[in-house]
Amino acid sequence: MTKITLEVNGKKVSKEVPDHTLLSVFLRDNLNLTGTHVGCDTSQCGACVVHVNGKSIKSCSTLAADVEGSKVTTIEGLAKDGKLHPMQAAFKKTHGLQCGYCTPGMVMSAVDLLQTKKNPSDQEIREWLEGNICRCTGYQNIVAAVKEAATKM
Amino acid sequence: MKSFNYHAPKDVKDASKLASSSSAFLAGGMTTIPSMKLGLASYKDVIDIKNIKKLSGIKVSGKTVTVGATTKHVEVAESKDVKKAIPALAKLAGNIGDAQVRNRGTIGGSISNNDPSACYPSACMALNAVIHTNKRKIEAEKFFTGMFETALKSGELVEAVEFEIPEKADYQKHPNPASRYAIIGVFVAKHKKDVNVAVTGAKSCVYIDKDLSKKLSSNFSLSAIEGAEVKSSGMNSDMHASAEYRANLVSLYAKKAVEAC
Repeated sequence: MTKITLEVNGKKVSKEVPDHTLLSVFLRDNLNLTGTHVGCDTSQCGACVVHVNGKSIKSCSTLAADVEGSKVTTIEGLAKDGKLHPMQAAFKKTHGLQCGYCTPGMVMSAVDLLQTKKNPSDQEIREWLEGNICRCTGYQNIVAAVKEAATKM
Repeated sequence: MKSFNYHAPKDVKDASKLASSSSAFLAGGMTTIPSMKLGLASYKDVIDIKNIKKLSGIKVSGKTVTVGATTKHVEVAESKDVKKAIPALAKLAGNIGDAQVRNRGTIGGSISNNDPSACYPSACMALNAVIHTNKRKIEAEKFFTGMFETALKSGELVEAVEFEIPEKADYQKHPNPASRYAIIGVFVAKHKKDVNVAVTGAKSCVYIDKDLSKKLSSNFSLSAIEGAEVKSSGMNSDMHASAEYRANLVSLYAKKAVEAC
């Protein structure tokens, strides 16, 4: 067992968990933050993407112990005071989701993109989102959402 | 995933003391953790080496670029020093996996795992890399010994990879659309005296295509390899590409790389 202390969505949390606990499991099972999804479990689908110290990573392929002391942001941490984050609002506006399973990962990944690139091209958005798989939308409206958010962020 | 004990030592000495026949070093974990989750590997002890400060960072000297074992792909891809000294290496790192893999995955992890489709081993071979471990220095050609096999002994840890700066180089990859691993990757490096054409993804282990290297060494131009035949014997054949298709891709991507040099 190991004691994990993290700052999750601005709140300090501390839990004793087995050493092999994945960050995705820690967030979902220990903190009840089930917005972070686990899709493929083989590190390819990107539904589990969260931010660790501001950078997007796949939480299903990261040990909780490995990010000890870090700042973690999950999809639950994006909206402020009941108001959607511009990326969430853009996904809603452009219908960038259908079943919604991949959406938390898509949104977290896209937010990271816009942190480093203010006005990405369609090609840059598509390349960045290579690690996020969506089986419903055909990606068109997801790209549109990221472009829409780029004008607001 | 089976349970294990997690360790995060602060120096190499402590890390190697913890190592045993049932332990694994953990860097980015982009292969190690999925392998453990799938039950393909299990360990008693997982030794995280990311807290060992001296294992991370990029140094450029007159003739070489040295990349610390725990340096992440994104750091190599965005490094101004690497872009200036060996732009092909920065390009290679920037196309590994996806953005999230590049934010975690490391060069030391990639070469220690020696996946037959990994990108970095081809750069090591073409750029005459020397692998620095906590025990010795190993030339790339002697380091990659077979499919997922390296010359590393139990408890031996890669500390850094030292690449020779070439006159010109380029890396061309035909990625698997889902995993972004190389179905074929060709790294062409023109050094002062000779040219290396390293191929990944084609066979069970990265290799130097001696025929293409020789032809380009005597005449570094597209015409030198225009009609060169790449044999498909010994090449992988799977649902993504037949051996014959891979052989054709090697030829095609070698030309692309020479053109881009």
